[in-house]
Amino acid sequence: MSTIDIAVIDYGMGNLRSVSKALEHVAPTKNVVVTSNPDDVAKASRVVFPGQGAMPDCIRELDARGLRSAVLDAAQNKPFLGICIGLQMLFERSEEGDAAGLGLFKGNVKRFAQADMVDSQGEKLKVPHMGWNQVYQRHHADAKAHALWQGIEDGARFYYVHSYYVQPADDAIVEGYSDYPKRFTCAIAKDNLFAVQFHPEKSANAGLQLLSNFVTWSPN
Amino acid sequence: MGLAKRIIPCLDVTNGRVVKGVNFLELRDAGDPVEIAKRYDDQGADELTFLDITASSDNRGLILHIIEEVASQVFIPLTVGGGVREVEDVRRLLNAGADKVSINTTAVLNPKVVQDAAAKFGSQCIVVAIDAKKVENQPFEWEVFTHGGRKATGLDAVKWAEYMVSLGAGELLVTSMDRDGTKIGFNNPLNKAISNAVEVPIIASGGVGNLQHLVDGVKEGGADAVLAASIFHYGEYTVKQAKDYMAQYGIEVRR
Repeated sequence: MSTIDIAVIDYGMGNLRSVSKALEHVAPTKNVVVTSNPDDVAKASRVVFPGQGAMPDCIRELDARGLRSAVLDAAQNKPFLGICIGLQMLFERSEEGDAAGLGLFKGNVKRFAQADMVDSQGEKLKVPHMGWNQVYQRHHADAKAHALWQGIEDGARFYYVHSYYVQPADDAIVEGYSDYPKRFTCAIAKDNLFAVQFHPEKSANAGLQLLSNFVTWSPN
Repeated sequence: MGLAKRIIPCLDVTNGRVVKGVNFLELRDAGDPVEIAKRYDDQGADELTFLDITASSDNRGLILHIIEEVASQVFIPLTVGGGVREVEDVRRLLNAGADKVSINTTAVLNPKVVQDAAAKFGSQCIVVAIDAKKVENQPFEWEVFTHGGRKATGLDAVKWAEYMVSLGAGELLVTSMDRDGTKIGFNNPLNKAISNAVEVPIIASGGVGNLQHLVDGVKEGGADAVLAASIFHYGEYTVKQAKDYMAQYGIEVRR
């Protein structure tokens, strides 16, 4: 039985190929496994929790495969990276389909409000928020700078595609934000967990750097 | 600062090679898709679009291999379109490594495919491509065409755009058929009308001949992204030059 260095959790919602390809690219010697088996998730040294589509469907499919407790366990015990809906699902509730999340963190997932969707020149802003936006690091270059931002410029652009964003109740977990047009939280961290709204696997060099930081990360 | 406008080089692929024609005719060979994709990534392309224009279904599978190879070497969003007839085709392309799939003729023939694909895989990966032409004989200005611009549909392009978004399209790729390959610039009034009508992002396509056309596409056409093929394929301009130029006009780009 070979060891699993990185488990990418597959619950049947869309394409995980780009996530696993990007991980293999930054960690060619690691065994990256795309899996829907809770035992693999339990066994893996590191876990990546991606997600796309609608959050209510994601939660339903996750439960259909009996993955909930394995995900919650990994999220609290080993290097864990949530991506997109994989960030949103960690919270209590989403406006999308009024769905309950996994509730690991207090706070909700909100839709970009139509009334706010105008830029400084009065031009309409589109939803989904799709494309490359600047990501500002909460503790850039200070004593609390997070290891996953290492080697990434403050304000570097990452690729986004989403209509909902998280609103954590606990401000202490916020590690990054972007503006569209209002400021929203795009990265959170707690202990062994880091989760982002953007897609590092599609964000060229900045994204590959973040993934590379994750595969070598040893949280305290 | 906020969201950058995207520059998307488009690769028309047939029988495993990138080609470029004028008004969808007179195809010329422009090179190997994987090499071209890597070159654009190096230049700072924000996304890549592959349109499979292979006429014969025998060679349709070639695009899957190309996408697999590109997706393991290029880590920016990849959109693939051409020949998508059913939800299963969308699945195949996503599994090969496409991030978005663009649906064109099939959306007109069978709109349910758009609806089902969006419900199954999420709106974020469903792009509806609208080929439009200016018409004189209709109660509207721009008509939707299919089959590479050969068949009129009687549909108003703006209304059609709204309908496609209501079915779950997450983005629209709007090509002006009377501009495509002409190098006289995007059809900005068409793009603006569609951009104003829907909430989702619009990619402007068809007619780019110089860098000013890209600026106009954003400023006059309200495009969220601009797509171009020939100005990049034949080395007239690099993506980086395009971004530098757009930035001079105050357009936010990723650099």
